[in-house]
Amino acid sequence: MSAALLADGSAPTGAIDVPRNDGIRIDLQLIADMVEQGSRVLDVGCGDGALLAYLAAFKQVDGRGIEIGQSGVNACVSRGLSVMQGDADTDLQDYPDDAFDFAILSQTLQATRNPDVVLRHLVRIGRRAIVSFPNFGHWRVRWRLLTTGRMPVTESLPQPWHATPNIHLCTITDFVLLSRSLGIAIEAGLAIKAGGQATGLRSLRLANLMGEQGLFVLRRD
Amino acid sequence: MTTLHRLPAGAWPDLPGQRVVFGADAPLRLDCGAELGSFPIAFQTYGTLNKERSNAILACHALTGDQFVTGPHPLTGRSGWWQSLVGPGLPIDTRRYFVIGINVLGGCMGTIGPREINPASGKPWGLDFPMITVADMVRAQALVLDYLGIEQLFCVTGGSMGGMQALQWAASYPARVFASVPIAASAKHSAQNIAFHEVGRQAIMADPEWCGGDYLAQGRNPSRGLSVARMAAHITYLSEAALHRKFGRTLQDRDRVTYGFDADFQVESYLRHQGSIFVDRFDANSYLYITRAMDYFDLVAEHGGVLANAFRDTPVRFCLVSFTSDWLFPTAESRAIVRALNAVAANVSFVEIPSDKGHDAFLLEEPEFFATLGGFLDGCAEHRGLAPLSEPA
Repeated sequence: MSAALLADGSAPTGAIDVPRNDGIRIDLQLIADMVEQGSRVLDVGCGDGALLAYLAAFKQVDGRGIEIGQSGVNACVSRGLSVMQGDADTDLQDYPDDAFDFAILSQTLQATRNPDVVLRHLVRIGRRAIVSFPNFGHWRVRWRLLTTGRMPVTESLPQPWHATPNIHLCTITDFVLLSRSLGIAIEAGLAIKAGGQATGLRSLRLANLMGEQGLFVLRRD
Repeated sequence: MTTLHRLPAGAWPDLPGQRVVFGADAPLRLDCGAELGSFPIAFQTYGTLNKERSNAILACHALTGDQFVTGPHPLTGRSGWWQSLVGPGLPIDTRRYFVIGINVLGGCMGTIGPREINPASGKPWGLDFPMITVADMVRAQALVLDYLGIEQLFCVTGGSMGGMQALQWAASYPARVFASVPIAASAKHSAQNIAFHEVGRQAIMADPEWCGGDYLAQGRNPSRGLSVARMAAHITYLSEAALHRKFGRTLQDRDRVTYGFDADFQVESYLRHQGSIFVDRFDANSYLYITRAMDYFDLVAEHGGVLANAFRDTPVRFCLVSFTSDWLFPTAESRAIVRALNAVAANVSFVEIPSDKGHDAFLLEEPEFFATLGGFLDGCAEHRGLAPLSEPA
């Protein structure tokens, strides 16, 4: 695969120099670094609100969240975040176009019923969408499947197949192809290694092999 | 401002708090077309209004509540309806916020309503009192804010009909509301809820003591009808699980059933008690008027069938709260409001609190409810620039 795959025709790069900041998950830190100061942000699947709280404190964003788990929602609202109980599959349709500068979906795409529909909504309601997901093409996943013949259980995919909420797993390459078929432009792409180092997608094949997670900035084409 | 209208003879004694006459210069125009001139509104305040007048929280009461939000009720001696939520160190902290309780239009605790004297006849208004709506209640509350010199509420909140008012405030006066917290509420009263209200009204009207609404002038009181109305309504405030947990089939002060129509079961005795204490503090005609105001509440229809139109470009920060076992104002009602607010990209939080206590949960100590409400208010206070509570020295 080559960079020419990408919908906007440009070579996707992860040319982002990441200052390390302890406290939030590495992929959340990478996402936070992509969000502009003072922007309007919707975090879909915001969990306990770690990213929103970070963005509010350090980037002065006007942040909102959607979370499917009630305990997460209640924890978020208790800490003063604007979060509602909701479902990425059903509730994104309510929002108007361009309601946010950034619509973020971190580690949630693989748990949605219709990832393609969710992606379309994300780039509709956000001027930019930031999406991260576990990469099923990572060498460790491939190796587990190859050697044990069983569904891989790894650090970023910790549950056994029957207990996982992840019903639509994909690889970084799958994601790039889907984005292209949906007419969604990839502005930047990163493969995040197990240690947290992020590399660009200059070689998609290598990124798909070495990245434990994929992280993309998308927009409507 | 003077107290113009004495309560009818034999009615409740003078109540504490303020009672101010409004509308003397410019009458209040009601949705039904009638106008109210020179009418009293009774209200109570707790805490201190800050210099900027930016820390006021309006706590809107439900159908049978009143302005006595917390503290012992002057008439009944029992705790205020939000005793567990409003006070020093509580989620609505009176050390930080200035809390206002206002008896709604049509009420019977000092604000103009059917039990007050109609200046035209010198007799209680009774059914001559004009029909009022939730929007009218809110208009009247706005007059109180003007009187207090409060341009913008920090927050308007309330449960059930109080939640309807919190929504109506955001729709009618978006610039005067920084945050709105409608709890266990809906944007329109459902057919089922109208049906329950109709049962209550018919129970009152079926009582011969009601006298076509003229009972005060005739020195009578439809307490049986009002009591039955309260009993029926009370069931809708609970849940099957709560009733079972509280009472089950336990018998009242007896070992076996009596094969009669005495209150054999504890649940019967409880309901009769609830009915009988209610009539000591509530006016039957007020019950008719206020239930009707709730029935008429329909923000959706008022905005061309699209609720989102009520909140276009709203600057208000919303927090919707519902309870899992509330079947009177179920979560779906709150969710419909949330969807409408999302459609205009409003700032909205929404929590559904797990509780088996039914609709009444909004009046009760539910730790998760308190934590979310307290957290939401803290977050809003920060955005509003309210000074944090200074620790006592």
